[in-house]
Amino acid sequence: MLVEAGHFALALALGLSLIQFLVPLWGARANDPVLMAVAPTSALAVFACIAFSFLALTFAYLNSDFSVLNVVQNSHSAKPLIYKISGVWGNHEGSMLLWVLILALFGAVVALSRNSVPMRLQANTLAVQAAVTIAFLLFILTTSNPFTRVVPAAVEGQDLNPLLQDPGLAIHPPLLYIGYVGFSISFAFACAALIDGRIDAVWARIVRPWTLGAWAFLTLGIAMGSYWAYYELGWGGWWFWDPVENASLMPWLAGTALMHSTVVMEKRDALKVWTILLAILTFSLSLLGTFLVRSGVLTSVHSFAVDPERGTFILGILILFIGGSLALFAWRAPMLKQGGLFAPVSREGALVVNNLFLATACATVFIGTLYPLALEVLTGEKISVGAPFFNFTFLPLIVPLLLLLPLGQTLAWKRGNFLGTAQRLYAVFGISLLATIVMFAFTYGGPVAAPLGVGLGLYLVLGSINEIVTRSWSKGTPLAVAWRKARGLPRSAWGTSIAHAGVGLTVIGIAATAWGVEAIGSLKPGERLKGGDYEVRLERVIPRVEANYREEAALLTVFGSGREVGTVETMKRLYLTRGMPTTEAGILTVGLGQVYASIGDAQPDGSVGVRLYHKPLVLLIWIGSLVMAIGGGISLTDRRLRIGAPVPAKTMPPHAVPAE
Amino acid sequence: MRVVLALIAALLFSASAFAVQPGEVLKDPALERRAREISAGLRCLVCQNQSIDDSDAQLAKDLRLLVRERLVAGDTDDQVENFLVQRYGEFVLLKPTFGSHTLLLWLTPALILILGGIGAYAALRRRPQPASASLDDEERTALENLLKRDQSA
Repeated sequence: MLVEAGHFALALALGLSLIQFLVPLWGARANDPVLMAVAPTSALAVFACIAFSFLALTFAYLNSDFSVLNVVQNSHSAKPLIYKISGVWGNHEGSMLLWVLILALFGAVVALSRNSVPMRLQANTLAVQAAVTIAFLLFILTTSNPFTRVVPAAVEGQDLNPLLQDPGLAIHPPLLYIGYVGFSISFAFACAALIDGRIDAVWARIVRPWTLGAWAFLTLGIAMGSYWAYYELGWGGWWFWDPVENASLMPWLAGTALMHSTVVMEKRDALKVWTILLAILTFSLSLLGTFLVRSGVLTSVHSFAVDPERGTFILGILILFIGGSLALFAWRAPMLKQGGLFAPVSREGALVVNNLFLATACATVFIGTLYPLALEVLTGEKISVGAPFFNFTFLPLIVPLLLLLPLGQTLAWKRGNFLGTAQRLYAVFGISLLATIVMFAFTYGGPVAAPLGVGLGLYLVLGSINEIVTRSWSKGTPLAVAWRKARGLPRSAWGTSIAHAGVGLTVIGIAATAWGVEAIGSLKPGERLKGGDYEVRLERVIPRVEANYREEAALLTVFGSGREVGTVETMKRLYLTRGMPTTEAGILTVGLGQVYASIGDAQPDGSVGVRLYHKPLVLLIWIGSLVMAIGGGISLTDRRLRIGAPVPAKTMPPHAVPAE
Repeated sequence: MRVVLALIAALLFSASAFAVQPGEVLKDPALERRAREISAGLRCLVCQNQSIDDSDAQLAKDLRLLVRERLVAGDTDDQVENFLVQRYGEFVLLKPTFGSHTLLLWLTPALILILGGIGAYAALRRRPQPASASLDDEERTALENLLKRDQSA
């Protein structure tokens, strides 16, 4: 009964979204406040309906209601509670429901921020948002209904894919979707501005928190996915340039560019047209990511052609929204007035360079991901584009960007002085260079990329510290005064510096992987395997039986320079319901590095294959990402950006610039 | 999004996720290092975007052994790659060769960077530059007067 109610609520939400789309749009055109006021009310109602629908499905999972097909296919009564919950979005239908839930949630938040968003803008924005909601609700209701019943009801479920039964992957999709869908708000605001034909710094101030928030969540989501792949897939890689990963990296790169260009727009009223375009592109890439992953086109062009229903539907959504918004852009953008002048060497100029490199990097990932598909469809020729291609093309685009980052961060707005800025950074240059040389000397004969990369990361971290220090301290200032000044700096300044330092930490972590060592061997109990400074001894292999899997666990003692530093357990599991094996890596964290072991097949002579890695500083990859997201969060708490905070009249621009 | 990767992975790693087996490793560390480097650039043909170095599929294992065989026989890295391309087509290379069929793929990054750079510069040049940051004579005297007044106060 509750399941049917959930299904019905979804259909009701579709009807309400239609109202949320049509009425406010008309109201904004007719300048009728009553009609425009329908927008927030209907947005809240849509959210309530979808939330109810989502809860109904969750309830079916919690109760192991095996009369629902979706629950049968993705759950099991013996599954731990957390995976019963995460099972809701661990499948196609449920994850799409989560997608629209987050979409509606954000719509509701926009609806509630009445005081800070002008009424017309709010009405138009919520109307555009409703259009997206309509499309995805139709998609769910017609092709991916999670509430389908199965008669007769099954006795037991088929269990959730074992790889997904992991805390990291339980929260990975929600994080990622909050990021993806968060950009829909920036998109809706951009379309609303185009519909209205006016855009100003107030617009940028309203949109920036959304972009920042979406970006921070997307960063966390990607980092979480990467860490999951690292410990779960069992060979210690953390980024594979897999199309599915690229699908989330593209909106991240575009979103990073958007976040920076919104700053220029807010502070200097410049780059308006470009910012609008970026907002459209970023969400388009989120949609593209959804299409790539959900349509099955990646597995093979043919599997897409065989079962094209869902893929074609999302492709339609994709074409409608990307095409529609770009057409709107082409029609309306020329009417937007350009403001804010600046010299090429200035903070604005640096941010233009930032956008140029990020956009190119994004385009590179885009073409690398889609080119093989396009080539096969057009000529039938099959090529592969994998990690070697991306490393070869992506790095030359990112390294110059990172080299320029501390300089750009230090440059003055409007008109900067390149030499003067470089002088403010001389200590940073000096220390990083010295550190790089010292690392070279100590690791002579080792990989060249590692010291260079670690030096670059260090330069970024120091550059960020330098930014805070030079803004609050100069020679002769007592430390107490400097501290007070530093604390008085705007939160967004702190957020920027912290996020940029996070980039540096990630770069250090990535570069240091080149120093990693790997050893492969087959061990009998009592035998040892040496990899670099670390050594493991296989103690014993223990068979175990758990509720929904069976495993063989290898207990290894880890020695570092001869002394025992700990033990790790690495498992080979067999999930019984699906008959599917997985590997659980044994990981010992030593400082910021990790000793990583996984076991393979048993050999005929009774030994087991053991793979051992030592990965120095590897944790910095994800710590850095976390710091980036925290930086975004701190920026979000800046007074100016707090959603709903009253805006003092004197900080408002004198008047909004009309289009004509 | 990972969900699907996981599903794919689940289908592929019917054995454990443990690519290079202990028995495959060559005695000569230099040769083994070369073998690993070549393997990382070769696609496991039956897998989803995986190199033969990362994959557990039987085919990947066969290819790894083949690469090592050729290396032991004295082939250069290029010869090994060419041998595999002749046998399996260009599909086996994770980094496609530069040619008429991949022109757009290889040139897009450079094109976008250059065209974008020119576009941005042109857009910037079209607009009037901000007035000079230095003061003209009139402003300078006005400022000096202000400062004097400030000091005398």
